[in-house]
Amino acid sequence: MMEDKIRTFLTGRFGDKILSEYSHRGQLSFYVQAQAVREVILALKADSELKFDFLTDITAVDHQGQSWEKEGRFEIIYILTSLKNTSRIILRTKLQEDAASIATLSGDWGCANWLEREVWDLMGIKFEGHPDLTKILTVEELEGHPLRKDFGITYEMPQFSHNSSDIEVVPDNPHH
Amino acid sequence: MNSPVEHKPSNVEFSDVVTHDSGRKTMTLNMGPQHPSTHGVLRLVLELDGETVVSCRPEIGYLHTGIEKTLESKLYYKALPMTDRMDYMSPMSNNLGYCLAVEKLLDIEDAIPARAKWIRVLMSELTRINSHLVWLGTHAIDLGAMSMFLYTFRDRETLLDIYELVSGQRMMSSYFRIGGLMMDVPKDFDKSIRRILKNLPDRIDEYEDLLTNNRIWQMRTIGVAKISAENAIDGGLTGASLRGSGVKYDVRKAFPYSDYDKFDFQVPVGVHGDVFSRYQVRVYEMRESLKIMGQALDGLPEGPYIAHVPGVILPPKPDVLSKMESLIYHFKIITDGFKVPRGSVYVPIESGKGEIGFYIDSDGTNVPNRVRVRPPSFVNLSALPKMVEGSLVSDVVAAIGSIDIVLGEIDR
Repeated sequence: MMEDKIRTFLTGRFGDKILSEYSHRGQLSFYVQAQAVREVILALKADSELKFDFLTDITAVDHQGQSWEKEGRFEIIYILTSLKNTSRIILRTKLQEDAASIATLSGDWGCANWLEREVWDLMGIKFEGHPDLTKILTVEELEGHPLRKDFGITYEMPQFSHNSSDIEVVPDNPHH
Repeated sequence: MNSPVEHKPSNVEFSDVVTHDSGRKTMTLNMGPQHPSTHGVLRLVLELDGETVVSCRPEIGYLHTGIEKTLESKLYYKALPMTDRMDYMSPMSNNLGYCLAVEKLLDIEDAIPARAKWIRVLMSELTRINSHLVWLGTHAIDLGAMSMFLYTFRDRETLLDIYELVSGQRMMSSYFRIGGLMMDVPKDFDKSIRRILKNLPDRIDEYEDLLTNNRIWQMRTIGVAKISAENAIDGGLTGASLRGSGVKYDVRKAFPYSDYDKFDFQVPVGVHGDVFSRYQVRVYEMRESLKIMGQALDGLPEGPYIAHVPGVILPPKPDVLSKMESLIYHFKIITDGFKVPRGSVYVPIESGKGEIGFYIDSDGTNVPNRVRVRPPSFVNLSALPKMVEGSLVSDVVAAIGSIDIVLGEIDR
């Protein structure tokens, strides 16, 4: 019943901006146009009956190399919880590789700040309007975004030292 | 090997005195990364005006091991031991979350035997107590109550003995399996759990005697690091940190999993949202966990301890040793794993730290395309600046202790 309410609310109010519905193992989710994501989420938050006021998680998936990659390489996933109705909804949006950016939620939820920084750091999705979109988990010297599929898992971390200028780096001896 | 590079944190200055335009002087102080009260490798950059915290910026990532990336190249069943190592205070809760998520993806939830579900509940609650005991001991020692640490670690030993009894391992137990458990509980299990159920309530009374009405404890915790219910929801807090502010949200009640709806227990909530409220919530939670453990033990169903799903779950060992087909299945599962239908699910559970959720995206192969762990400690820590800004620097220690973080899970 709750699911029907959410469905009528979203399709009635946003129409074409809701691209499709996806249900897997009983979990309901909706694909939303990338430009409309923030608008839809804020409407779900503000609605007095649905009241999805708890942002559980923001995460991203890289679909590079899969046959459905052309629909959009990156998928951003927003998990919202309604504490009042104890219901959960997942909103998804697909982004192409050359347009990997989306509106930030950091002004709407305190926890979005760090969650978005993590997605930026590990997956390289830009959040437009984020006040402090900096690395959070990886070191400054690491280039690239580790959770992207084209980032190899054999990457070697930079070595750190407080006196690197004093250290002589001996080139590898080809005879050993 | 890469050549060494100079490490310069970009956006944070090390210890510095800054004079603002208004003439006010503030000092930047680094707390951590190596500081006993940061419970791991956490660095806080505090801007202080005298003893008052003007701003606080947590710097994390020192323990980043890329667990989520590693899981993308592991067969589903091989990923399990890595989940223990994120939140090493509650290995069994992490196991449970991961197993439930994979079981949902495989659509074999109905095949899980009741006995496995109930033992999972029992061990998860034991894990919650374990996590809370470590929290209580370290939180108290941070605030100067030395002896608490010794008492709680004494009692934690008895819980680790149960871990050892069922799995052979004291900390990284990896006792749960996709589909059920590694093995059935041994003969002494019932007796050992009953001993804990008998002893621990008195011990919890003892902790409360030492702390709850202790004037020093009250002065260090009451009214400190307050966060209102609205701010707690805004900050995405979960677990006792959310319930301490009076919001009654517990995944076990809101989205029951693993037969939790068949147990009778209360969800304690605090009123004031301060360090003391969060302390009280966790102490009550330990008593409620004991209640659940008692119910699980009394009503423990008989039957198999792991589901029977050919091609996914390993066949029983006697069959492997005597039947050709079972041996082939065993070999196939160990070497190739099993394929999981395309799709994605999000499965949260209530661990000792809060809502830990597993979002798994499968592309139809035998390794996950993406495993995302929704880390409760990570989100809880992001709300720390809101709690401590404006308070004294000594209260920062109390605040960190009260949100009960574990850096292994924050950095993953």
